[in-house]
Amino acid sequence: MIATRAKRAHAQERIATSVLRIAAGFVVFAMALLLLYLAGEGLKLFVIDRFPVWEFLFSPVYEPDTHPGAAVFIVGSLSVTLFAICFGGPFGIAVGVFLSELAPPRMAQILKPAIDVMVGIPSVVYGWIGLQLLVPFIRNTTNSPGFGLLAAGIVLSIMILPTVITLSEDAFRSLSPTLKEGSLALGATRWQTILRVLLPSASSGLTVALILGIARAIGETLAVQLVIGNATQLPRGLLNPTATMPTEIVQDLGGATQGSMLEHALFSMAFLLLLIAMSLILIVRFALRKRA
Amino acid sequence: MTRNAALAAVLVGLALVAPQAASADTTITLAGSTALLPLVKDAAGLYQTAHPDVKIAVSGGGSGTGINQVAAKAIDVGNSDILAPAHPELIDHRVAVIGFAVIANPSVGVKGLTKAQLQDVFTGKVTNWKEVGGADQKITVVNRPRSSGTRAVFTKTLMGGKSAAETGLTEDATGTVVDVVGKTPGAVSYAALSGIRGKGLAEIAIDGILPTDENIHMGKYPMWSYEHMFTNGPPSADVSRFIAFVTSNSALIKKDGYLLIRDMKVTETDR
Repeated sequence: MIATRAKRAHAQERIATSVLRIAAGFVVFAMALLLLYLAGEGLKLFVIDRFPVWEFLFSPVYEPDTHPGAAVFIVGSLSVTLFAICFGGPFGIAVGVFLSELAPPRMAQILKPAIDVMVGIPSVVYGWIGLQLLVPFIRNTTNSPGFGLLAAGIVLSIMILPTVITLSEDAFRSLSPTLKEGSLALGATRWQTILRVLLPSASSGLTVALILGIARAIGETLAVQLVIGNATQLPRGLLNPTATMPTEIVQDLGGATQGSMLEHALFSMAFLLLLIAMSLILIVRFALRKRA
Repeated sequence: MTRNAALAAVLVGLALVAPQAASADTTITLAGSTALLPLVKDAAGLYQTAHPDVKIAVSGGGSGTGINQVAAKAIDVGNSDILAPAHPELIDHRVAVIGFAVIANPSVGVKGLTKAQLQDVFTGKVTNWKEVGGADQKITVVNRPRSSGTRAVFTKTLMGGKSAAETGLTEDATGTVVDVVGKTPGAVSYAALSGIRGKGLAEIAIDGILPTDENIHMGKYPMWSYEHMFTNGPPSADVSRFIAFVTSNSALIKKDGYLLIRDMKVTETDR
């Protein structure tokens, strides 16, 4: 009786383990397939069309059928991301500090679900609101078309907030309470404690928060596409319409004939985005290891 | 607990699959030109009322998308403002003629442009409306994406093959172009007449000629095109019936702002 029960439990164990193993294996398989496929398609531009990698990365001349230089989109992606992290980053960290160190419990109870909701809002909604409220506001206050780097940067700053807030709050919470207690016991004020003790100690965790914020920003497509203006030109100012790699991909993929140079160039951009995402994750792992 | 969850998952799965499995209806899928979209949508509505067993799914995406998808057999019919010389396997069904207009935000203060002025505006040689006799207002060019049929027709018929500058905005459907031009001071673009009538935009006369039906019929106004429905090989009986329904519905074609092929006194090659 006991023996059969044990045997059955053992069998269940084995089945469960193999199911979980298959699930985990599938994730690795899907990821490898994605990487291989994107690499294969993304390198066609350089191998089949013999377009120089150098020109692809640094030439702003974008003639889809003859000379698809992607510099405009690369610069566009980097600029909106930089903008978003410069504004959304410090703001998000500030909210993270507030939540973990200062907020009264009841306030945190309201703030935290609100932040969770922010994560759940689909990006098209952010873009739509940006298009309806932000673009007209910029248009009327600056006498410009309203679409452009500024609008996209602001929308992205807001979109990366939940990522940065949640992760920086975690970074502060994971610090040993003795740090704070020791600092306060030495007579430091709460503000001094946060600035001189907690912030430096949490720096690797905060780096992770910022980098994942960057990863979120650089890949965002729809919200940016709605407000950036989608012009194939290098941004000469905040009010200039421009484009990013994801927005260019979504804009032209439907019309790109299979096997054309344009299609290959779009794949190269997708591959480049994947490489950027992968290096960001590598940096995150490095930062986390340093902390451990 | 887990068994209940599994059961629930199976039930939800069945609920999702069942309606599709149960119906033996024919579905016709169309995508492509947003210039032709209003006509196809209206026709699809009427057709489905008359034939409840036929479902018609219509979407936009642009002429290039329509041609690509029908060539890849992802859809039944690809709608396009332009021909598809790269795809000889596609069969062309002309359904109507469409006129396009150069449209501007009323703030520009210009009623007409010469072709040369128009090309200067769109290539970026001129950046303020006062340089072409309008208000002191910065010009914002609104383009369609490269795969747009409307853009191709515009480039061919009014720009003399010169491509428009990429310094302005790019919007990917007729509807969004109309919306953006209506809201942005100094904006100028081009769009199908079917999408712009009654939206309060200024239609710009080219060399003194406005895009009226009469002027397009007589070939005086050059920016027009046949609207094509492409099928990959000969269409099925259902698809063929729907295309015939669209083509023969003169009243609907006119009501939606298109022109009849038989009213044209010129052909595309006369331009």
